[in-house]
Amino acid sequence: MSILEYNGGCVLAMAGKECVAIASDKRLGVQLTTVAMDANRIFRMHDKLYLGLTGLMTDIQTLDQLFRFKLELYAMRENRLMKPKTFASLVSSTLYSKRFAPYFSEPVIAGLDKDNKPYICSMDLLGCVAEETEFVVAGTCAESLFGTCETFYKKDLEPDELFETVSQALLAALDRDCISGWGAVVHIITKDGVQTKELDGRMD
Amino acid sequence: MPLSDFLDEDLSIKGSKSRSNDLDLHELSYSLGNELRVPQVERPSHFIRDAFVDVPEKDKLRFAHGTTTLAFAFQGGIIVAVDSRASMGQYVGSGTVKKIIEINPYLLGTMAGGAADCSFWERDLGRRCRLYELRNKERISVAAASKLLANTVYYYRGMGLSMGTMICGWDKTGPNIFYVDSDGTRFKGHIFSVGSGSTFAYGVLDQGYSYDMSVEDAIKLGQKSIYHATHRDAASGGVINCYHVKEDGWVKISSEDMMIQHRARVSERKAEDEASDAAKAAAAQPASA
Repeated sequence: MSILEYNGGCVLAMAGKECVAIASDKRLGVQLTTVAMDANRIFRMHDKLYLGLTGLMTDIQTLDQLFRFKLELYAMRENRLMKPKTFASLVSSTLYSKRFAPYFSEPVIAGLDKDNKPYICSMDLLGCVAEETEFVVAGTCAESLFGTCETFYKKDLEPDELFETVSQALLAALDRDCISGWGAVVHIITKDGVQTKELDGRMD
Repeated sequence: MPLSDFLDEDLSIKGSKSRSNDLDLHELSYSLGNELRVPQVERPSHFIRDAFVDVPEKDKLRFAHGTTTLAFAFQGGIIVAVDSRASMGQYVGSGTVKKIIEINPYLLGTMAGGAADCSFWERDLGRRCRLYELRNKERISVAAASKLLANTVYYYRGMGLSMGTMICGWDKTGPNIFYVDSDGTRFKGHIFSVGSGSTFAYGVLDQGYSYDMSVEDAIKLGQKSIYHATHRDAASGGVINCYHVKEDGWVKISSEDMMIQHRARVSERKAEDEASDAAKAAAAQPASA
């Protein structure tokens, strides 16, 4: 078993019309044993920028702390918030700096830029950026998520529709993965603020 | 009774024994089902392993593995309960698999390990139990039936069969459970649980079990043990199936999604919490007044 699949879990981000959604499951396991059902793998970087991390939970937590620290330094030095695209570069170079002893985590970045245009991208654990316009996925059920997103995605969804689409895509994919699920959380990022909703999923 | 009555000569592996000269048409048409052809190589038992030796882990031949099954005997007979998830690695293949195999109207077998191995050999066991019945004009005992299966899998030991099963039934000696697995292990007992979720199921089962419990309580305990295993074990889940073995054969009790139990348990806990909060508030009331 790959170390990326040791704790289980997945993240999904999808772009809408002047809004983005980022969602994840809530399971934390040790191989096949579920030890927690309230795990958090999506982190607020600022009001219009969220980071989702999949993979090994210890590295997820370390990376969250590291990026929060780096963003705070940036905000103090520059007196402005970091753009999503800049943040993607920061994440990428941070991951590549550990090229020969990598963090075992694949990140997903979702945010709104200056004109509230959605920005989403995913990365592998070495920091290779894959920018997309529609949706990005990562984690143990990435294949299933690609299938459900491919099926449900439509262009320019409003926040409510985007929430519904992301929720259905995520819940359907979770049910086909042993080591993801046990509830889910969805964040809808709009120019007026962030809506966070918890989903009840199957508990097996 | 001679041992040969229990052993089926058709079980011999065609490839390794030269019995093919006396093949007649009759044999060809009636015994297609139970001739297992083995590969014509030097070490037949290593064939599958060798064939996949350079294949990456994710592409290897994988059988459905994760499971929770349990059976326990009590005053009112035997309760058999199982989950229904078929996982291939971490992928969920199905959530509605029948892991309790109805061997005949008074024998049940459970399925853990390779689904094909369990369903094939337990179906074969059913056939041989029926033959026994016709020859001897009486039902086969659970001990004898389980030994037929144990002997069969022992014959193929090291060839990669994968099964962990409980043979449950009621015979002249009363309710009986035998654990049989593909290593050739066979033992008699009162409480068994098999599969990746068995540790979770044992925890709940041992805590709630007593020989004198009522049938209703025993059914609830069986279902609850499986529910907790599906909840904590990633490789178990789906529908919970439950059977009750009585003196005159088995009856199917329930086939219910684990989420029904989950919701009932969540609301039960919520009610308990509210009741204890109310009790605390009531206890605090006179002190402040």
